[in-house]
Amino acid sequence: MRLTLTVNGIERTCDVHPLARLLDVLRRDLSLPGTKEGCGEGECGACSVFVDGKLVNSCLVPAMQVAGRDIQTIEGVAPSAELLDRVQEAFLRHGGAQCGICTPGMILAAKALLAEHPQPTMAQVREGLGGNLCRCTGYTKIFESVIAAAALPAIPPSAQPSALEEAKR
Amino acid sequence: MKQPHELREASVIGTSPPRKEGVAKVTGKAVYIDDLPVAGALYGVTVRSRVARGHLRGITYHPGVPWEDFHVVTAADIPGENTIALLEKDQPCLADQRINHPEEAVVLLAHPDRELCERARRLCELHIEPLPTVFDLDESLDGEVRVWGDDNILKQFSIDKGNVAEALATAPIIVEGDYATGAQEQLYIEPQGMVALASPKHGITVWGSLQCPYYVHKALATLFGFPKERVRIIQCETGGGFGGKEEYPSMLAAHAALLAWKARRPVKMIYDRHEDMLATTKRHPSRTRIRSGHDESGKLLALDIDFRLDGGAYMTLSPVVLSRGGLHASGPYHCDHVRIRARAAATNHPPHGAFRGFGAPQSVFAIERHLDKVAAQLGIDGAELRRRNFLAPGQTMATGQVVRDEIDLPELLDRALTMSDYARKRTEFARLNAESASRGTPIRKGIGLASFMHGAGFTGSGERYLASVVAVDATPQGTVRIRASSTEIGQGKDTVFTQIAQDVLGLPSHMIEVVRPDTAEVPDSGPTVASRTVMVVGKLVQSACQELRRKLSEGGLLGESYTPTEFASACDIFHQLGGVLRVESQYQQPTGIEWDDKTYKGDAYATYAWAVYVAEVTVDLTTYETRVDRFWALQDAGKIIHPVMAAGQIEGGVAQGIGFALYEKVVWKEGRMQNAQMTNYIMPTSLDVPDILVEFDDRATRLGTPAAHGPRGAKGIGELPLDGSAPAVASAVQHATGVLCGAVPMTPEDLMQALEAAR
Ligand code: FES
Ligand code: FES
Repeated sequence: MRLTLTVNGIERTCDVHPLARLLDVLRRDLSLPGTKEGCGEGECGACSVFVDGKLVNSCLVPAMQVAGRDIQTIEGVAPSAELLDRVQEAFLRHGGAQCGICTPGMILAAKALLAEHPQPTMAQVREGLGGNLCRCTGYTKIFESVIAAAALPAIPPSAQPSALEEAKR
Repeated sequence: MKQPHELREASVIGTSPPRKEGVAKVTGKAVYIDDLPVAGALYGVTVRSRVARGHLRGITYHPGVPWEDFHVVTAADIPGENTIALLEKDQPCLADQRINHPEEAVVLLAHPDRELCERARRLCELHIEPLPTVFDLDESLDGEVRVWGDDNILKQFSIDKGNVAEALATAPIIVEGDYATGAQEQLYIEPQGMVALASPKHGITVWGSLQCPYYVHKALATLFGFPKERVRIIQCETGGGFGGKEEYPSMLAAHAALLAWKARRPVKMIYDRHEDMLATTKRHPSRTRIRSGHDESGKLLALDIDFRLDGGAYMTLSPVVLSRGGLHASGPYHCDHVRIRARAAATNHPPHGAFRGFGAPQSVFAIERHLDKVAAQLGIDGAELRRRNFLAPGQTMATGQVVRDEIDLPELLDRALTMSDYARKRTEFARLNAESASRGTPIRKGIGLASFMHGAGFTGSGERYLASVVAVDATPQGTVRIRASSTEIGQGKDTVFTQIAQDVLGLPSHMIEVVRPDTAEVPDSGPTVASRTVMVVGKLVQSACQELRRKLSEGGLLGESYTPTEFASACDIFHQLGGVLRVESQYQQPTGIEWDDKTYKGDAYATYAWAVYVAEVTVDLTTYETRVDRFWALQDAGKIIHPVMAAGQIEGGVAQGIGFALYEKVVWKEGRMQNAQMTNYIMPTSLDVPDILVEFDDRATRLGTPAAHGPRGAKGIGELPLDGSAPAVASAVQHATGVLCGAVPMTPEDLMQALEAAR
C-alpha cells in the first residue's frame, strides 16, 4: 500500500505492507535506522518517536495509521549537521549514553518531558523516562543529563532543521 | 584547543572528556548490526529442538512454503568440525544426533523474505525421541541421570588452607547456612545479531554485535577448517554485552556464516527479544552451603564452603566461572582454616555463561549473607563483625596469596558507614520498625551492607596464556592509531585508550584514533571481559605508546618536549626515511606472581578492587514490595582514568545488582525459560532505581605508591558493582523484616513466603 507521511520535516512516500509497523517503515523503507528495536512489544522505548509531537513506541504503531502525520525521529533532533540539540549535548557531557542503543529513544523521551516540564523535578524526570529502559547506566547519568539540559537554552524554533539541511545530511 | 605543554603538565588522566564515539550515539548515527545496509541479503532463522534431551530421528519439511527457494543448512553441511568450543569440544554448532537442551539449534533456513522465513521455521518439524532429563543442580550432582560425561561434573576443585575439620571441631560457635541465587538474563537492549559474507574465493567475513572478535574468529576457523587469514570478524557498534556477548556470538556468527556459505549470498541473522532470551546464555544459578566456626567475638576460626553452579548442557565457560566464584567465596576476610569445594554440574538447561561478575556475585552473595546470619546469631552488628574479620596487607587469602594491595578495609568501612549515616539509621529504623509492628502498620525500613573485593584480569595464569598484544602506529600526518581487539560495548574503551595514549604522547585527542576491532586490522589483545580492558590492555596501550615515542626520539626526530605539529613532522620524516612507525607491546606477567592451576594455590589475581556498599530499603508488608531508597557505593579500584564513565559503570552495575536481588526471575519449565519477554522478565526502570552515590578511593596513590599493574595505578572496575549490590540489598531487607533473605531474587512472592515460614 502507498503511504505518505512527513518525517523530520520532509514529505516521504513509500509502498508498505498493510500491516507494517511504523518502526519498520522508518528503519527499512526510509533508511532511518536511528530508531532502534529492543523488544518489539512496547516495553523498552528504544523505538520512541514523535508523532505529531506526541511520544509513541513506533513498534506498536501500524504505519498506515500515521498516514499524513508528522513524525520526528532521532535523525531530526539535531538542528544541523554541525550542531547538537541541548539534550544531545547534555547526554554527551554527562555520561548519559553508554552503549547508546537506548539513547535515541531516551533523548526523545527527555525532550518530551522537558516540553511538559521545562524545569523538571527529579520525580518528574523519573516519571518521564519510565517507559524507556536502559541496561547500562542505572539511569543516574541520564537523570543528570536531563537536569543539565533543562538549564541550557532551548533551540529557537527558527533553528529547527530545514529541509535543505536535512537533504544535505 | 589546549596547548601541548599544558597537556603534559596537567594530564588528561582523571578528567572526563566527552566520549569519543558519543556524537554518533546521541545523533542516532552509530551503526549497530541491524542498521548495517546489506544489499541482497537473505534473512536467516534457526529451528530449535524445544525438547530438553533426546535422539534426533528425522526432520520433516511440511508443505506451505516454497521450500525450493530456501537455503537449508543442517549439521551435514558443516565443512570442518561441528563444534563451538571455548574449553572443550562438547557443544555442537548444529545438533545432529543428540539433543541436550531445548534451545539446541538443528536446522538453519535462509530466504529473502523475513515473514516467509518465520512461516518456514514453523513448518520444519523435528522428530526427537525423548531421553531422561535433569534440571536440578543437586540432582545432577547425585548422578542418577547422566547427561554429561561420567558424572555430570563439568569442573570441580577445592581450595584448602589450614585444617578446617579440626578447627570446626574445636570452635566454640558454629553457624550453618544455605544460600542460592537464580539465573539472570543480561538483557542488553540490543539483541544479538550477525551479518555474514562467504565465498570460496574470499573466505568468511562476519560483522556483528560482540565482545570478543578473536573468540568468534577461532570458532569459525575450526568450523570451516580454514586457515586463520580466511576468516575476518568485524565488530559493529554493540548495544551492551555484560558477558552475554562473550560466547554466544560465536554460535550465531557460525550459523550466519554457514547459511551464507551455502547460499553464496550475504545472510543477516538478528534475534528478536524472545529468541535472544530463550537461547543465549544467562548467569549461572548457584547454591552454596557454608559452615563457619567462630569465637565469642565473632572472629572467623574456620570456614567450610560448598559452592555449586548449574552449568547447563555444555561446558562452555563454566570451569572459569566456577574458578572466579570459588576464589571470591571467602570474601575479603581473614581465616586460617578454609576449605572451598567448588563444583559445576551439567543439566539440560541451555548453557549458562558469562555475566558481569562471572561467578563472584554468586559466591559473594553467599558469604555476605552468611556473615549477617552469624551477626544476628551472635548479637553483633554486621558492620562490626566484618571489621573484626577483615583481611589486612601481609595476611594470606584462602589460596595462600599474600595481600600486597595497599588497603585499609576498616578505614574503607568507616567511610561507607559515615557516608550513609549507617549507625544512626540502624538504630532509628529498628525503633521505627518496632513501633510500626506494635501499631500494626505495614511499612518497615532497613539498612544493610556488604564488603567485598573483585580480582582484576583473568584468573590465575589466564593472562599469561593469553599473552595479549596491542599495536600502535602513526601516519605521516602524525595520527596515532591504537590497534587492539578490545571492544567498545558501552564502557567507553575508545575514550580511555585515547586518554592513556594522550598521557604518554602529550597529543590532543583528535590525533589519537582507536581502530575499530576487525581481525584483519588489530592484533589479539584478548577478550573484552574480566574487568581487564583498562588494567591489562590499557597498560599495553601505554607501553606501546612509550615505545613509539622512544622510537621517534631515538631517531633524533623528537625532543624531550614537542608540539603536536613537531610530532606530526617527526612522523612524516620517519616515514620519508622509509621507517615503519609501528610498535607492538605484549603482556608480560609481572614478576612475583605465582599460580598453580592444579592445586589452586598462589596469586589468583594480580590485584583486586575493594569495596563497601550500603543499601537502604523500605519494605511494605501489605504488598511485600521492597524499594531501594538509597544506595552508597564506595570502592578502591586504584586510579580512576575517567571519573564520569567510571561512576557510570558503578551505577549501571548497582542497578543490575538490584535487579538480581529483587526483580529478575527466570521461570523455568522443562529447561525452557517461560518468561522470555521484557513484559514478564522485569528489570529496573527509572522509577525503581534509588539515588546511587558513588565514591572512589585510591589509597595507594594517596600514599604515593600507585598500584603497579595498570596504567597510572588503574585497576579493573567493570564487574565489581555486581558482586556487592545484591547482598547489600538483602542485608537491608533482613534489617527491615528480620527474615534472613538467603536466596535471590527476592520477589514479593518470595518475601511473603519467607515471612510466613518465619512466623
Ligand atoms: S522496541 Fe518498541 S518498545 Fe521496545
Ligand atoms: S546506554 Fe546501553 S542501554 Fe542505555
